[in-house]
Amino acid sequence: MGELRLMKGNEAVAEAAIRAGADGYFGYPITPQSEVMEYLMAEKPHERTGMVVLQAESELAAINMVYGGAACGKKVMTSSSSPGISLMQEGISYIAGAELPCLLVNVVRGGPGLGTIQPAQSDYFQSVKGGGHGDYRLITLAPASVQEMSDFVRLGFELAFKYRNPAMILSDGAIGQMMEKVELFDPVPRSKEILPWATTGKTPDRERNIITSLDLDPKRQEDFNLKLQKKYREIEEKEVRFEKIQCDDAEYLFVAYGTSSRVVQKAVQLARSRGIRVGLFRPITLWPFPSKEIFAMTEQVKGILSVEMSAGQMVEDIRLAVKGKIKVDYYGRMGGIIPTPDEVVEMLEKKIIGG
Amino acid sequence: MAEITLDQIIQPENMVYTRSRIMTDTVLHYCPGCGHGTVHRLLAEVIEELDLQSETIGITPVGCSVLMYNYMDIDMQEAAHGRAPALATAIKRLMSEKFVFTYQGDGDLAAIGTAETIHACNRGENITILFINNGIYGMTGGQMAPTTLPDMKASTCPYGRDVQMMGNPLKITDIVATLPGSYYVTRQSVHTPGNVRKAKKAIRKAVEYQKRNQGTCFVEIVSNCNSGWKMTPVDANQWLEENMLPFYPLGDLKVPEE
Repeated sequence: MGELRLMKGNEAVAEAAIRAGADGYFGYPITPQSEVMEYLMAEKPHERTGMVVLQAESELAAINMVYGGAACGKKVMTSSSSPGISLMQEGISYIAGAELPCLLVNVVRGGPGLGTIQPAQSDYFQSVKGGGHGDYRLITLAPASVQEMSDFVRLGFELAFKYRNPAMILSDGAIGQMMEKVELFDPVPRSKEILPWATTGKTPDRERNIITSLDLDPKRQEDFNLKLQKKYREIEEKEVRFEKIQCDDAEYLFVAYGTSSRVVQKAVQLARSRGIRVGLFRPITLWPFPSKEIFAMTEQVKGILSVEMSAGQMVEDIRLAVKGKIKVDYYGRMGGIIPTPDEVVEMLEKKIIGG
Repeated sequence: MAEITLDQIIQPENMVYTRSRIMTDTVLHYCPGCGHGTVHRLLAEVIEELDLQSETIGITPVGCSVLMYNYMDIDMQEAAHGRAPALATAIKRLMSEKFVFTYQGDGDLAAIGTAETIHACNRGENITILFINNGIYGMTGGQMAPTTLPDMKASTCPYGRDVQMMGNPLKITDIVATLPGSYYVTRQSVHTPGNVRKAKKAIRKAVEYQKRNQGTCFVEIVSNCNSGWKMTPVDANQWLEENMLPFYPLGDLKVPEE
């Protein structure tokens, strides 16, 4: 059993980063995720593990520091919240285009624009459809607890390095701010390995390493894009993660992730107490999306309600997954409001069962 | 007098100059007369002379020198427009024993990347910044740069830079010199052989000083863009001397206290 602590989600991210052997964190303050850097600065990881923590002058600088560090094969990360993540999109696209591993954490707040500092899930499109320019994908993990905030730091780095691709933890203001019990994994030392592709200084035993996302030759640029797409298909094949709760006998299905999935867990109990056999399907990877697994559920359930703290973003992927076989609808709240279990059950009855 | 054969001429004792082995065999894409090739060569020579090849990580900008990584036999990263000092910051902090430099043009360093430039220098990042100022956006076809002189013509100020309407040129090197984090700040040019020699000395200092961990070393090279300026290379160098240098005077702006 690992060390148990009562922590905020944001603090769990920070502690997990040190324990995962991260080499560097580069960030810029923004509510509701500032505790990540505050915790790191207070912990002095430079003394614990040698990890570098730096407050950048902007999110632009922060993501480009991540780019520079990642290009050296270092385990580097940043965290921010929605407007800050928007600012980082250029850098994220470059990182994906240069095939570099890194971890990004988005503690989502309501938008658009400056929006609100309250929790939301309205950055789903931005994360899973590519918020920056070009054909690229982000491995997107959706934690539903403080425990998963910690666990997904390790998992995110693992996947990022396995595929040389940026990975994002798509959290929200509620999970970032709430305190829960968390079992911390045991610390691992920082890696001393020099990766063969990394820019660490050209030694006589190898050719020079160049990290770039540029190729002006259309044929080579297309070939590179095809290579990226092949990698993305492999990730879709191998890295889908999800959880099914009370789905065995379900007649109806909720699909929800993150904070919404916590609300929906309660809604499932509530509905079942009224005799409605409903289950919860919780995607853990939002990209790759568990499309096949959701399609498989159409053999069993009569309808699906996607519950999101957005105007209905994930519901589009669910509709694509079920290919029109059964009814799919959406219910959600916006602007920082979290739906209640009562509302959710009511909407299931109205939109799916009665609809 | 007996005929001298080529083989007799090509002897080690007769060699007065050789290309640095840090330069690759790739043909430079720069316009004939452009200063970039000269600055690349100087930097390559310094890296070779100081035996830094295996320690060096360079950052290329977005601009004419974006493909610099094709020309130098060192590890390089290609940054987004203006962000090179941010990349260099992280690299140097993560691997403090390495030699890290950025190579940036005026649009990259003094327009879109102003914040990264100022903050990296103000934090005193132990990096070396080479800043090529030719007063124009070369790669995109000759648009007005932050350093375009008053009344100077460019494709987005075809009647000359009207400072009332378009604002003034930015002397960013002067600003950098005032920052507590900068250690060595100098302005050089490569438009005459004498200036090339001086520029090389300055670049060598800016590279050597990085080992001292005292702050940012910043070398501005006032250069030409004969294509963008629509002049012959010779005319461009003369125009540089008559117009650029009075506005951007050469010399050290900040030198270490010895």
